[in-house]
Amino acid sequence: MFAQQIVNAISLGSVYALFALGFTLVFGILGVINLSHGGIFMVGAYAALLLLTRFEIPFWAALPLAMLAAGLLGLAIDLLILKQLRKRGAPHLMPMIATIGAAILMTSLSQGLFGSETRRFPLDLFDQESFSWGPVTIPVLQAGITALSVLLMLLMVWVLKRTRIGQALRAVAESPKAASLLGIPVERLFHLTSFVAAALGGAAGILIGLSFDAISPFMGQPMLHKGIAAIILGGLGDVRGAVLGGLFLGAAEVFAVTVLSSEYRDALSFGLLFLVLLWRPQGLFGASATRSA
Amino acid sequence: MDWSSWWDTYSTLVLSIGVYGMLALSIYLTLSCGLLSLANAAFMGIGAYMSAIATLQFEWPFAFALFLGTVLPAAVAFLIGIPVLRLSGVYLAMATLGFGEVVRVVLLNLDITGGPLGLNGIPPLTTWWHVVLALALTVALLQALRRSRIGRAFEAIREDETAARLMGIATDRIKLLAFVLGAAIAGLAGGLNAHYTFTLSPGNFGFESAVDILTMAVLGGIQGVAGPLLGGAILTLLPELLRGLQEFRMAANGLILIAVVLFMPQGLWDPARFRRWRRSRGTRAEA
Repeated sequence: MFAQQIVNAISLGSVYALFALGFTLVFGILGVINLSHGGIFMVGAYAALLLLTRFEIPFWAALPLAMLAAGLLGLAIDLLILKQLRKRGAPHLMPMIATIGAAILMTSLSQGLFGSETRRFPLDLFDQESFSWGPVTIPVLQAGITALSVLLMLLMVWVLKRTRIGQALRAVAESPKAASLLGIPVERLFHLTSFVAAALGGAAGILIGLSFDAISPFMGQPMLHKGIAAIILGGLGDVRGAVLGGLFLGAAEVFAVTVLSSEYRDALSFGLLFLVLLWRPQGLFGASATRSA
Repeated sequence: MDWSSWWDTYSTLVLSIGVYGMLALSIYLTLSCGLLSLANAAFMGIGAYMSAIATLQFEWPFAFALFLGTVLPAAVAFLIGIPVLRLSGVYLAMATLGFGEVVRVVLLNLDITGGPLGLNGIPPLTTWWHVVLALALTVALLQALRRSRIGRAFEAIREDETAARLMGIATDRIKLLAFVLGAAIAGLAGGLNAHYTFTLSPGNFGFESAVDILTMAVLGGIQGVAGPLLGGAILTLLPELLRGLQEFRMAANGLILIAVVLFMPQGLWDPARFRRWRRSRGTRAEA
């Protein structure tokens, strides 16, 4: 029983972590809380659904294509909204308000285009089997979802730590001004970050759509709340923190259901967020002592 | 169409313009102090539930119910404000968003609030003059504040909190005052709202409502009390005007938020822009 819970916690937490990773990346590098990340997550899921059902593309091709679509949407938001605000040097509340607007717009458009009802990925798509290992049962689908999100996260961390682009990105995160003096094309990296973060968000949308077997225009906002909780638990802008925060949140939710009643599960992430902000605003895993912006 | 049938059709809409004006003013108050608080929908919910429970279950007089609906959110704001207002910027926005979500889930699960079904059959006690009086009192209070030392302190904190503190302003206390007063106004608006819509459900006070309230203030502008009132009126009327768009109706709100931030960051009601217009017309007249 306990081992099964741990497996469930890792599986849920790894998708939360994937979502939070893109979310925190944008904050770390652009210095912006992009509240349309939940909308992008939802659009990713619908893009994959359309590709699978309307165009009957196999899943292995639909996943990257849907991620590309989500990524382009993120890029568009950066070019049309965030870039304009950067140019003006707008106060930090402005991008938050504008991206809330973008999220409302996306939700409303998909509600109008696809209807409000919950949709599902075609079921015959995947192996319904599961493999057992002692007391633990893992459906193949769940294992695949976990493996995919872990893979994407490892890829991302590798890029950030080991490649020249990653080095440049870390320089921008430290100080955009200094990075630009060193000849780093800061604006291009902002675009790249928005694209990659949104692609990861879209991937998380597909994986959550698969694991809960439900896609709806309103799925983005509860996820956004969880993402906010995860990145605040981990410390804003901290990649490792976002991953740990996501896993922690997944575990907290899975184990909370066994202890608390399930109605309070949705309050848990925010209760945690609230307490962490009061007690350690720099996040559970963050190192720096002061964060005020 | 005669007056009484017009009023029967549109009274809810007219009362809502006043109530949402108050909500927009409640967030204007915290914004004018440089705080982005997304908790006002939750405070509205606390006020609405408190006063509805008072009239519905205890059958207390309406005035006392409204009083409770104003005081309870203010008291809650005082308690959470002390720790939360140490945060600023996005951290404060996130923490208040979290608080709002906790309130929503608690309202959803308590017995006295009717759980997911909410409260129904709340007595129709709100009349037009209640709303006019409450709105007038709110505007008078905010105008008086704006001209007082406290209003100047709000402005100083918004422009530069460190400088304000160095000038000897008790920034913590002033911010707490703005937060608590904002909660009281939102709670009163909630109490009034409950007694003409007759039903309450926890979903009315979630993140969407917080964003709606914020949209009103941002659209109208926060240079004075006229802006939030204007924004509240426009966004209350807009869904009626856009009824033909059906599912796409909310898209208008999203577009408005984006467009205002990009093209009109001061909002619709911007005295400085009005002065510029007047001046440019003046010079053209001279030439």
